[in-house]
Amino acid sequence: MYTGIGASAGIGIGSVVIVKEPSLAYDNVTVSDIAAEKERFNNALEKCIAKTQAMAEDMKTRVGAKEAEILEGHVLLLMDPEMTGQINANIENEKMCAEAAVEQVCDMYAQMFSSIEDEMFQQRATDVCDIKTRLLKILLDVEDLDLASVPEGTVLVAEDLTPSMTAGINPANVAGVLTEIGGKTSHSAILARALEIPAVLSIEGIVSKLENGQTVILDGSTGEVFASPDEELLKKYTAKREEYLAEKAALQAFIGKESATADGHVVELCANIGKPEDAEKVVECDGEGIGLFRTEFLFMDRPQVPTEDEQFEAYKKVAEMLKGKPVIIRTLDIGGDKEIPYLGLAKEENPFLGFRAVRLCLKREDLYRPQLRALLRASAYGEIKIMVPMISCVDEFRAVKAMLEEIKAELDEKGIPYNKDIKVGIMVETPAASLMADAFAKEADFFSIGTNDLTGYTMAADRGNPDVAYLYSTYNPAVLRSIERVIKAGKAEGTMVGMCGEAAADPLLTPLLLSFGLDEFSVSATSILATRKTISLWTMEEANAVAEKAMSLVTEAEVKAYLESVAK
Amino acid sequence: MVSQKITITNPQGLHMRPAGVFAKGVAKFESDVTIHFNGKDINAKSLLNIIGACIKCGSEIELECNGPDEEEALKTAVELIESGLGE
Repeated sequence: MYTGIGASAGIGIGSVVIVKEPSLAYDNVTVSDIAAEKERFNNALEKCIAKTQAMAEDMKTRVGAKEAEILEGHVLLLMDPEMTGQINANIENEKMCAEAAVEQVCDMYAQMFSSIEDEMFQQRATDVCDIKTRLLKILLDVEDLDLASVPEGTVLVAEDLTPSMTAGINPANVAGVLTEIGGKTSHSAILARALEIPAVLSIEGIVSKLENGQTVILDGSTGEVFASPDEELLKKYTAKREEYLAEKAALQAFIGKESATADGHVVELCANIGKPEDAEKVVECDGEGIGLFRTEFLFMDRPQVPTEDEQFEAYKKVAEMLKGKPVIIRTLDIGGDKEIPYLGLAKEENPFLGFRAVRLCLKREDLYRPQLRALLRASAYGEIKIMVPMISCVDEFRAVKAMLEEIKAELDEKGIPYNKDIKVGIMVETPAASLMADAFAKEADFFSIGTNDLTGYTMAADRGNPDVAYLYSTYNPAVLRSIERVIKAGKAEGTMVGMCGEAAADPLLTPLLLSFGLDEFSVSATSILATRKTISLWTMEEANAVAEKAMSLVTEAEVKAYLESVAK
Repeated sequence: MVSQKITITNPQGLHMRPAGVFAKGVAKFESDVTIHFNGKDINAKSLLNIIGACIKCGSEIELECNGPDEEEALKTAVELIESGLGE
């Protein structure tokens, strides 16, 4: 068995076709007619730009605009005046032939990029090599490999699949892709996912380990590859493949459907995101909104605090992408364990019980006011709601609301637009907030239960410490009672209650959450359809019966075993 | 010669896409456009060299334009960066 990076999910079974680039050897001669050689290069360059543009267009229509971006980038790189200037200078000053001049300059840039340890730069190095190959092929008049004509059930095996190779690929005939280089964001990975071809990348030396015609199985989720499998393994994976395809098709059927129980009780199904770009995936997976948009990304990996305008743009972008669907944005949740050098925070003995999130923000108004202002300004462009994390007493929430009122007055004075009815809620993740839920329900517009921290704080157990990790489980009756209490307290006051922790996507807990009356489930984008399916399998009557029984049990093991026994 | 300092606000810095928008936007000027960053002088019309400079979000760069249309080139370059380079 070989292992690599599972870059595109699914099971592929087929026979190997090894993809090898034709030789691009050339005679490295000293040129005498410099003008003619420069013309030869410039003609090749023009052809190469036209060809790459055509490939980008083709990719755009056959696969998608996003997949065409890499090729569009190549067009820009080919027009780089420094690069073409250096190639021309090589011909003129060093009397190099066009091939050698291209190779020397491209290799120099590729080396510069590959020396930077970052996947994005590795990808740029690949881009430059791909351009080099394409230019050399035109100069040497070498035909491109034709992958369009491979037979059905082919597993392509290559050092790397370059955009030049994949331009003509026919997804109906390709059962899988195996390569020696490339990560999850490489061209091969993006293309494989878009065409729904299972792919395992970065398998060391795979080209020399496999032979043409050999049968191979690949699992694009786990990154496992089996060469020449026996009858039994083949049978097992054929079944696995069918199961995967059936499940995928079944989930696709839930796109565009309401999130409702079998007897028509409708809930809201949203997604959690960490970056504005992630919102695209949510729209793709048919999310009904954003239940948690973490804003930490704006503050991390940078030398100083982001400006109000920068934040405003990021929030506005997501609000606009969701086109009026709700977007719950959580204000800064840093401090304690999450280190941000420029804030100059002191190390703490007990970061999880320390100076973090809203506690920090209320002391550091220089950080918090610009964020609240940016959020209010962005609220003019979509259905933004503000969520305050790590609340443990009513005073904290009142202080945030007072600050918001002050900022609203400033905005009014300056005539800057914002949503005057913007909803402000709290993340319920401390036992204190849970116990005071009835009081908070009178002051907050919504609750969102953060089950990850609520579980940790309720059980007083760190999930990362293996000696106490057994305590960290949301199935603990104490945690479930806390969740039930929060939801019911919210209901009593008509406060919307959502959940954005991992528990929201746990199918074992779905009947309990439905029965308690949870209004909104917020899960990762990839779990949206599966969660919608689970919700559709229950009636409220069944869910109520399960909840009643589960809540009468007193140990974690009993609860879990019972929920497993009734799971759908 | 005219110049101006400006801060990059693109979340992932000047990577392929925003750098491409920038290089393309200044390419049409006759003047030389140079980015001074981290002690280096980078030809702003060269996408490869901009990317290679690893200019991250929050970094301050100095733009310098030199040539017959330098005023307009600088104005355009600053506006491009302020507008977020298409991101």
